[in-house]
Amino acid sequence: MNSNSLAGAPHAHDQDSVPRLMSAVLLAILPATLYGLVLFGWPALNLLVVTVLVGLACEAGCLWLAGRPIRSGIMDGSALLTGVLLALSLPPWAPWWIGAVGAGFAIVVGKQVFGGTGQNIFNPAMLARVMLLVSFPVEMTTWLEPHLWWSGTSPGLLEGWLITFGHSTATDGVTGATILGYARTELGMNHSLSQILPGHYQAGAAALGWTGGSLGETAEWLVLLGGLWLLWRRVITWYIPVGMLGAMLVLAGGFHLLDPQRFADPGLHLLSGGLMMGAFFIATDPVTSPISSLGQVVFGIGCGALVYIIRTWGGYPEGVAFAVVLMNAATPLIDHYIRPRAYGRTWSGKPRPVPARAKQPPPLARKSGVDSRD
Amino acid sequence: MRLHDFRGGVHPPSQKHLSAGRPIESLPLPSRLYIPLQQHAGAPALPVVAVGQQVGKGELLARAQGATSAPLHAPSSGRIAAIGEFTAPHASGLPLPTIILETDGEERWAERESLPDPFELSPEEVARRVGAAGIVGMGGANFPAAVKLSKARQAGVHTLVINGAECEPYVTCDDQLMRERAGEIADGIAIMLHALQASHAVVAIENNKPEAVEAMSDACRHDARIEVLSLPSRYPAGSAKQLIQLLTGLETPAGGRGTDTGLLVHNVGTAYAAHRALRHDRPLITRIVTVSGGAVPEPRNLEVPIGALAADLLAYCGGVSDERARLLMGGPMMGQPLPGPQVPVIKGTNGILALTPDEIGEASAPSPCIRCGRCVEACPMGLLPLELSKRARGEDWEGIQALGLNDCMSCGSCAYVCPSHIPLPQYFAYARDMLAAQRREEQKARRTRELMEQRQARFERQERAKAEAAAQRRAAKKPRTAVLEADED
Repeated sequence: MNSNSLAGAPHAHDQDSVPRLMSAVLLAILPATLYGLVLFGWPALNLLVVTVLVGLACEAGCLWLAGRPIRSGIMDGSALLTGVLLALSLPPWAPWWIGAVGAGFAIVVGKQVFGGTGQNIFNPAMLARVMLLVSFPVEMTTWLEPHLWWSGTSPGLLEGWLITFGHSTATDGVTGATILGYARTELGMNHSLSQILPGHYQAGAAALGWTGGSLGETAEWLVLLGGLWLLWRRVITWYIPVGMLGAMLVLAGGFHLLDPQRFADPGLHLLSGGLMMGAFFIATDPVTSPISSLGQVVFGIGCGALVYIIRTWGGYPEGVAFAVVLMNAATPLIDHYIRPRAYGRTWSGKPRPVPARAKQPPPLARKSGVDSRD
Repeated sequence: MRLHDFRGGVHPPSQKHLSAGRPIESLPLPSRLYIPLQQHAGAPALPVVAVGQQVGKGELLARAQGATSAPLHAPSSGRIAAIGEFTAPHASGLPLPTIILETDGEERWAERESLPDPFELSPEEVARRVGAAGIVGMGGANFPAAVKLSKARQAGVHTLVINGAECEPYVTCDDQLMRERAGEIADGIAIMLHALQASHAVVAIENNKPEAVEAMSDACRHDARIEVLSLPSRYPAGSAKQLIQLLTGLETPAGGRGTDTGLLVHNVGTAYAAHRALRHDRPLITRIVTVSGGAVPEPRNLEVPIGALAADLLAYCGGVSDERARLLMGGPMMGQPLPGPQVPVIKGTNGILALTPDEIGEASAPSPCIRCGRCVEACPMGLLPLELSKRARGEDWEGIQALGLNDCMSCGSCAYVCPSHIPLPQYFAYARDMLAAQRREEQKARRTRELMEQRQARFERQERAKAEAAAQRRAAKKPRTAVLEADED
């Protein structure tokens, strides 16, 4: 009848598609993004726009060079998502070239040189963040206290333009270290946490997002809300977030119990930095995480453990990007060793023998009328 | 019986409401019936009628050929118009040898035997009669039922599972059969239990068919050996391997048979056909077919003579209302797309569907795999569909077998959930065909080598025989030639 009549089974589909998945993720991250903009004003918006536009332009350029359809490549939304996620992980008042270099690196080196969508080994946004952090440590660690967009302390349109595109750097009056960075420095000077934390960290403010930090990573509860919505929509599965947050909870909780003066409590770890964002939006990137559910749990645990190790004993106060990129590298290995057991086969792939009890007929449920049901 | 679980699976919209509860109607007799000689697994049937011959309803048209085969009977009385080629119920639309019967509308039955009580017959004889009635698996597998019964009895099967799961969306023929003819099915089960010498039977029905569960429970109440179970509705619960797993937690060993678990799975339609054959001496000449889909104005459950054309069924249900509709034989998950409506219903046809583009899902072109792993989670066999398809694309035939291509049963769950719309089962079908071609080539090469070696051996044998004969001749002539030979030396 129609030209499709020779298409093979199945002749049904659950109607999901890659663009739909990407838009769902974008929608889920929207509240945290808007909150970040409100908190950090015009410069943050400028940075977001630059990062996204450069990302899209690089994607289009690479597709053009590779002779692939540009429209469908852009419309799948993956480059847009990479740009947004990268911007959300940057210091909100970072100069425009940080966003531009990062987005270009993410798309070109992080994704397209591997062959484009679905082919990359590392999460492009996190690869770019790691590159930026290593290459431009000053710009990447200049944090500032939150200033509501509509309050007098937030820079105006022109001032914001100058912060992003000019040479006007944020003044000392508005900058400050993140709690993770501050605690790390102070611990290095042999101060105990009970001396460090008061005055610098309130769990409530941290959870609500009234702290300095990356553009979109401060409001943990909004990120968590978006993540839960994605879980509910079945866009992501629980394996990676639970593995990652669970590992962090267990490690931070255990060490905190051993020495509360040296090791921060798990609440601080869960509510600081990019952990929540990493658990729900970064590590769950399907392309760079394992394909089996057990593999994803292992991957999540690895990410969580690495974040804790880097935060506690590593050279950087925050480790989500490093942890995710390291576990990305381990993904092929995880996929090689952790596979589901095939039906009718043992774990080693041999035919699975039927146990001897199968020779007996299974007990029948007693029938009403014949006998009473137990 | 406590229910277990099987891995993976999907929940496609059932769409059974379109035709569920619609009473079984008989399709008005078409003027011509097209009966393909191959509508079962195994060897095609061999015609025993001649063109122009008058046949009675139920008369043998073609006999089984070889151990795994099934005979064919006349679905109605009439004249054999031709034995030729006709479009096969397959996507290819290639022709198959087919008997074409011109019906006379008299529905005159061929003579029937008077029947003994099936329970007085030996199990072998019951199985033989099931085979002689041309009964094959009615769930779509089309495997000759008698062969299954005999092998299962020899394997010591203790439980007969009657599959009324009907997990394919849209299809309601088994549902309606159970609602309307539960007593006959229950009798068929008892007959099959006798043929199997098995002690238990379980009728397994998905819980989206409560009326069928109730009807079967009522019908089986008097027989303590039969239990009726309501299963959770999840595709592919009606696949024999998954059904066995649901009921027992056991898995058919890879490369083994379902009977290795002590269970044998037969479709409800097969049990009904066994009842008809053993109690009424009726061969399998009709079946229930669901005609449904968004492009069918009046979806129905029809009792249809084998060999009626899909076009006859669709016409009776109001035609096809959308010219873009896709015609299917079977359900949407595993059904065959039809090259057109001029294709005959065969013994395993449970549905004729005409689906609108909306129902099939947006026709988006496949995009790159994003490794989301949904196919892995959906695969009821625990395979890695995305890795298999990559091997198929890369023509890595050893790799794809090592990843378990042979375990795949083409249920389509992977493609149903794939957000990149990759036609995974087609990749697997392609790989299977290539491997089959490779095996044929190897077999041919081996055969050629064997023939060469035999030829060589034959030559050597001939040479040797010649030499021996010459030597004998020489020996016989020795007295006269001795001098000559001595001279030659």
